[in-house]
Order: sequence, then C-alpha cells, then structure tokens
Amino acid sequence: MATIAAAPPYTQTKPVPAQTGLWSWLTTVDHKRIGALYLISGLFFFIFGGLEAAIIRAQLATPNGRLVTADMYNQLFTMHGTTMIFLAVMPMSAAFFNFLIPLQIGARDVAFPRLNAFSYWIYLLGGIFITAPIFLWMAPDGGWFGYAPLSTKAYSPQHNMDFWVLGLQILGISSLAAGFNFITTIINMRAPGMSLMRMPIFTWMSFVVQFLVVLAFPVITVALVFLQFDRFFGTNFYTIAKGADPLLWQHLFWVFGHPEVYILILPAFGLVSEVLPTFSKKPLFGYPVMVYSGILIGFLGFGVWAHHMFSVGMGPIADAVFSLATMLIAIPTGVKIFNWMATMWGGTIRFTVAMKFAIALVAMFTIGGISGVMHSSAPADLQQTDTYFVVAHFHYVLYGGSIFGLFAGIYYYFPKVTGRFLSEKLGNWHFWISLVGMNLTFFPMHFSGLLGMPRRYYQYDAGQGFEIFNLMSTAGTAILIVGTLFGLINVIKSWKGGAPASSNPWGAATLEWTIPSPPPDYNFAEIPTVKSRYPLWNMADGEPLVHETTHAEEAGRRIPTSQELGIVMPNPSIWPLITAAGLLVMFCGLLFMDSSVPTAVGVMLLGTVWWVGALYKWLLTPLEDHH
Amino acid sequence: MADHAHAPGHGAHDEHHPGWSTYWKVALFLTIITVVEVWAYYIPALVESAIFVPALLIMSAVKFVTVVAFYMHLKYDHKLFRALFTGPLIIASLTLIGLLFLFSKLSVRLGLGG
Amino acid sequence: MTASTAPTAAHGDGHAHGGGHYTTLGLDHRKIAIWTFIGSECMLFASLISTYLIYKGRSPEGPFPHTAWTNPATGEVFKPILNIPVTSASTFVLLMSSLAMVLALAAVQNRHTPKHTLGDRILGSSKLWLWATALLGLGFLMFQAYEFTSFIHEGLTIRTNLFGSSFFTLTGFHGAHVTAGVIWLLTLLAIDYKRGLGPQDALLVDIAALYWHFVDVVWIVIFTLVYLIQ
Repeated sequence: MATIAAAPPYTQTKPVPAQTGLWSWLTTVDHKRIGALYLISGLFFFIFGGLEAAIIRAQLATPNGRLVTADMYNQLFTMHGTTMIFLAVMPMSAAFFNFLIPLQIGARDVAFPRLNAFSYWIYLLGGIFITAPIFLWMAPDGGWFGYAPLSTKAYSPQHNMDFWVLGLQILGISSLAAGFNFITTIINMRAPGMSLMRMPIFTWMSFVVQFLVVLAFPVITVALVFLQFDRFFGTNFYTIAKGADPLLWQHLFWVFGHPEVYILILPAFGLVSEVLPTFSKKPLFGYPVMVYSGILIGFLGFGVWAHHMFSVGMGPIADAVFSLATMLIAIPTGVKIFNWMATMWGGTIRFTVAMKFAIALVAMFTIGGISGVMHSSAPADLQQTDTYFVVAHFHYVLYGGSIFGLFAGIYYYFPKVTGRFLSEKLGNWHFWISLVGMNLTFFPMHFSGLLGMPRRYYQYDAGQGFEIFNLMSTAGTAILIVGTLFGLINVIKSWKGGAPASSNPWGAATLEWTIPSPPPDYNFAEIPTVKSRYPLWNMADGEPLVHETTHAEEAGRRIPTSQELGIVMPNPSIWPLITAAGLLVMFCGLLFMDSSVPTAVGVMLLGTVWWVGALYKWLLTPLEDHH
Repeated sequence: MADHAHAPGHGAHDEHHPGWSTYWKVALFLTIITVVEVWAYYIPALVESAIFVPALLIMSAVKFVTVVAFYMHLKYDHKLFRALFTGPLIIASLTLIGLLFLFSKLSVRLGLGG
Repeated sequence: MTASTAPTAAHGDGHAHGGGHYTTLGLDHRKIAIWTFIGSECMLFASLISTYLIYKGRSPEGPFPHTAWTNPATGEVFKPILNIPVTSASTFVLLMSSLAMVLALAAVQNRHTPKHTLGDRILGSSKLWLWATALLGLGFLMFQAYEFTSFIHEGLTIRTNLFGSSFFTLTGFHGAHVTAGVIWLLTLLAIDYKRGLGPQDALLVDIAALYWHFVDVVWIVIFTLVYLIQ
C-alpha cells in the first residue's frame, strides 16, 4: 500500500537491511521471497492433506473398516478437501503468481508489496487456525462445502464448524487482497511494449483468475456471514422452522464454488502453456484463442453453478439451463487441449521432468474433463452425484490437472527461483511413480461410483462389488505417497545442493529468463522494452531459435546491487504481519461467544484495536525512501 | 508502489473536472427523483399497478448511473475504469437475477402450453 | 524503478514521471485498486440483496416490513415496521453527503487557485466540505441507529424472523461501510489539519470519494428494493 504521509527527505547511503535471518523473512515485502514462503507452506499443507487422505484410504481399504470412527472420518474428509483446496493448491498457485507475474511483465515488484506480504501472513495464520483443531479431533466435520442446515448449531452444536466458518473468512481476506494487488499489477506495471496480447499465457490465466477471486469470494463471504450469524448471534438464515430455504446455502456456496474450481485449474493451465512451447521449441499454438478461451471459461464459470445441485429438485428449466451452460463451457476448455497438442506437433520435444508433468496434465485433464461432461447431463448426473464417480472426476482434474501442472511449474522454475536444478533422476522417479499411483488411486473410483458407492461414508458393506476397487485405490495411495516422497526429497536436496543453473538454461522465450538465477532483489537492472510475445526467441528462419545459457559462461559475472544501480527498493515492514495477527485475534474472539459474551467482546475489541492500529502504522509509513 | 502524488491531470487520460454548477444540478436532479419515488409510494393506485415496480427500478437505475457517471467521474475518466466497474456490475446483476429465478421470485411465461 | 534507469518509453500510453514510478497506463495504482475493490463489493452487496429479496414474504411470523401483523398466540398487534418518512430523510442526507464529498475533492484539487469571492472561498475550503461529508455521514448513521433501536422497541430484532435477520444484516453491513467511510474521512481531515491537503493529495481524497459514492449508490438500491417496493 502506498504511503499517505509526506515522505522524509532522502538521506544518503542507508544501510541495506539484512537479507538473511528470521526477521528478514518476517518483514519481507519482496514478491520473490513471498512466493517462496507460499510454496513452502503450500507444500507442507499438501503433505498434511495427503496424510489425511491416506488415513481415509486406509479406513476404506476393506469393508466395515475400524481404523477411525464415523466422527473422525467426517473430520478427515472435511479437512482433506479444505486443506487441499485452500491451503495447498491455491497457495501453490499464489507462489507462482507472486514469483512470476512481476518477472513476466518486466516489473520490479507488485503494485502493493506490503499488501502482498499481508496476504501471505493472513493465509498462514488462517491455515494454522483451521488445521490445529484436528490434533484435538475437533476439526471441522461438515464437508469442505459446509452445507447448511447441517452446519448450523442445531445439527453441529460443537465448535468444529466454528473453526471452519471463521477459518474460511480469514483465508478469504488473503485471496481478496492478493486479487486486488495482482489485477493492479498486471494492468498498470507492464513494461513498455508489453501489450495485453504480448503477455505470457501464465500471466493471462492468472489475470483471469484474479477477477474470478474478487468476484466469487464476496459471495462465499456472505454465505459464511449468514452461517456465522446463525451460529453466533442466533439469526435465521438457515433455520427452516423460521421459513428459511435449505437451498440458500447451496446456491450461494456454489456461485462461489464453481468459479473456485476454475481458480484452481487456470494457473496450472498457464504453467503448462509456458512449459510446452519451451520444450517443443515452438511457439504456443493459437495464442489468441488460448487467451479468449481463458476469458470465456472465467466468464461462463459464473453461469454453471447449479450443476452441483442437479439432485435437489430445481425443476426442468433450471436443470436444462445449467446443463446446457456446463456443456458449453467444455468447448473453450477442450480447445485448449487441442492447442497444446498442436503446440507439440512438429516440435523438437525434450522430455524433461517438467515436460512430462505438463504432458501428463493434458492427458489426465482430458480424462477428468470427459467425466465432467458426463456430469453435465442432468439425468445422467442423478446417478453419478454423491457417488465416487464424482470423486474420480474431480481428482483427475485436481491431481492430474492442478497438481501435475504445479509440479511442472516447480520443475521448470526451480532453477530460476533458487539458481539450482532439481534432479532429473529423482524427478523421473517422482513423475512415473506419481502417474501410476494417481491413476491406480482414482481410476477405479469411476467403477465403484457407477456401482453406487456413496461419498462421505466411513464404511461400506461387503458384497456390493466395491471391495476390489477400494483396495486398488488404497494401493494407489501408497504408491502416490512414495512418488511424492521422491519429489519432496528432490526439493529438499536440490534447494542448496542441486546443479547450479544459469539465467536461461531451458532456452525459454519470456522475460523472466533474461535475468540471473536467482534474480537480484530489483529483478531488472533496466526495465526492458518488449517487442514481441517471445522476447528471447529469434523467429527469423534459419537462425537458431534461442541461446540456451550455461552456468559456465555466466559463472564469473558480477551482479550489481540495487544501490550501485540507483534503484530505490521498498523497505521491509513488520506491519503486515502484525495487522494479520490482529485480525486473527479479532476472529478468535467469536469462539468465546458460547461460553462468555464479555470475553468474546473483549477479545474481539482487542483484536480490532490491534489490527486497526497496525493498519494506521502501516499506511503512515512510507514504502520507500524518496528523494 | 506508485506513490508519485501528482494531481490527476498529467498522463494520457482525459482530464476534465465538472464545475460547481454541474455538481449542484446533479444534486438537485437526484433530490427530485427521490422526491418522486417517495411520492409514488404514497399513491395506492400507483402502488397496486403493474407499472410501480418497473418505474421505481428505472428511477433508481437513473440515480445510480448519475452518481457513478458524474460524482464518481466515470464519464470523464480513463475507459479502463468503466470496464473495471461494468464487468463486475453485469456479473452481479446476472447472478442476482438468476438467483431470483431459481427461488421463484421471478418468472417468465414461456407460452409452451404446459 | 526510477526514471533514470527506465528507458524512455516513446510509446503512447505509459511514461515515467520525474521521480515517480513507471506505469503502463499513466494511472495511479491505488485508483485501479479502488475500482477493482468496488467491483468486488458489487458482488458482496448483490449477494446480500439477493438473499433479502429471496426471503421477502417468507417469514411465517411477523413483524413485517409493509403490512401489519397480529401475533395469533399472544394477540399482540404489530404495525408495519418500516418508516418511510424517516428513511427518506436519511436517504436525502446521504445523497447530500455525496455532493459534499465531490466539493471536498474539488476544493483539494483547486487549493492553489486564487479565490476572489466569499463564495469561492466557501467552495474552496476542503476542511469545510470534508467536515460536511463526515457529519452528513454521521447523520445518516444516527438515523440508522434511531431506526434500528425503534424497530427493536417495536418487536423486530435480528433474531425475530427471516425479515429481521436479512434486513438487519443487509442494512447493518451497509452501515458498517458508512462507518468505515466516516473514519476514513476523519483521517483525511486530520491530515488536512496537520499539513494541509493540496493537489498532490488529490488522489488520496479521490479514492476516499469513490468509496463514499459507492456506498451511497448501494443505499440507492437498498432504499428502492427494501423500503419502497412492497
């Protein structure tokens, strides 16, 4: 956030703030560091959510499993979904938004660096808030979608769903703040010559995603506010006896929920659209179509929400309208698949691990897309809904799609972020084992689903034909764990010990590959002027496409500091973290409403004064020292 | 990060400030419409007629557009802001209308004989 | 990102300002951010308003907004809860506050132009118009407080029925937005007293004004849909 106070006169040679140590991380406003923080937290929660899934699969390996109680099971599947969506996939996408967007558009940071830091800290605090209860088996247990009236006090009297309601509100603030930040950044901080139609596709897809965020999150905020008010203040939004409609929650939730799934997949689509052209040594096929299809998906995504509600009895007209809209949205999505294939066709393919994950996304997402189109027919969906067929569908698009896309991005950009390569050897183990594990886990669910195995049941009886498929899924999960471990070990070992990388080891085309790996804090010594979509590629016939740099040729190079270049860097600040902490305290106050209203009010007041005070301090401190 | 606090007026965008005369005329216009709206509320015949709701909706839409165009300067500012506002406004309106249909608060007679 | 290191962009739209930062469109980041925020708020209020309209007429028990109701159990009579004259007055107050806001912005922008007449000086006083906006906003809030307390007196609380819940939540959220706006205005006033607000601060006042007008515009919609349409 820019300053509103008059900045003090510039004083000579201020000492550079420390670049190492805990304090430098707590106060960082550097988008690259914030991106790294998101990635590490996101990976941590990914593992945590995976462990929750592993327990679920252990429970379901055999009929009438006795590993966990029904209660514990409800908490496990609720937190698995909540963790994966809000604490793993979205933050890992945010890691890329943060790290990549300024670099791809030729900027030195995002529009509001401190707001950016705030987004991270409020996410971390919210993530801890919503995760901690599971250690006491008090975790949210009403599903990641928290349907009311089940989630109201009448049917969920304990604190479990309180953590869910409040936790999601806190996490929503993070995403919204980031949305405003990145929209402003992409609109207003593109380097000279970078028109919208010259932006890299990852930035384009991220641009669409930010609009989805700022338009969809307010709706779930309202749905949550209603639930919050019902639970804490005794209002009647979801109280049937007072005339409430049991479908209000569902509609409001899915108006958010459907754009949310596009929020989850579009960044991965963007990453794949960066990886495929580089490792095919060919420009992306049909760039304008890729842009327009992304925009269309975003827009249409607001018009299909009730396809999650085909079994509630909306009537034939509503069912038909939403069916049609859902089928329609398959078109721009399918177009992307063809464009990716056409990008590879005739190219010189290099099968790096990043490329493998990217190609796998194209294949796995297609499978998930096919089951998705099957859901779009309302009558067909009546059989599929609430069964494992749906679980199969969304895991193909989320694991095979989002996660594989994010992994492709991680293998591709790791050298840029850290200056070191991930090991291709470990990466291959990671990839192949994950590919086998993922398919073995989720493909059988198509069958158990169509045979009628319901979702969210902690046990199933023998003799219904489910056993073999569940056994396969559990075996697949074990394999996935092994594969993921390879990936994790790869990241840990390579962070400090991987082979050193140069500025453009892959021979890529876009601006982020013009600067050193890792980039200096100021990113670009000189803001570049952009003349094409592929600034580093020589598109003239007969010329080599690009010069792939090597570490050897760049080894002796000295990178100037920001002070030597006369570049004014933003000052680090602790206020974003302190503001975030105050907000958390304010929300925590509500937890005391049941036991003691004065305590609740006191804590909420304390938190409010805390965050408002911190916000004033933040706004009154200049971001940079000016001359 | 852009805290160069120059007055709006440099830069590529059109810079035209309406003067005091525009402002008070807009205020008068808004007041008159509000008076008409409230007055209409007190005429039972009008309230019961089919034209009441559309008329009120149109009047408030006119007030809405007037404040947005003149007070919020959208008429005079860079076209980007028009896009940044109308896009979400359209999505919000369509969502509202869709929800009203789904909860049977609005209906359209299709004449399909059924 | 100083002008000295940025190559001078000869292309039309963006340019580097002396001592400032390069921007693609020559616009201030904060203005883009506030419009994006306003777009987001459209969805927030659309959801609240949708719920109010969906739940309209669905409370099995009163009190009700426009019709009287007798409690069958106790025989207690409740008159229609909404008070159109009072709310019309508060609506007018809020509308006038938008006028004051626009004049405050103009005063800040024109701080350095010469003022010849008393009228010019009145129009040119940013403090006067910021106070006017804040006080009119506060006036609106006092009307709301009066309205809320009298409704509670008459038997409608946020818990009473669907109408109470949806009404108080919708108008309460709006009121909270007005409150935040008043605090923002008072902060601007504090800065005006401390060091004066001039053309270089016009953007700060502009974004506060955009927020303020939006909150007014939301009330225009609420007044029609909740109060006037039955």
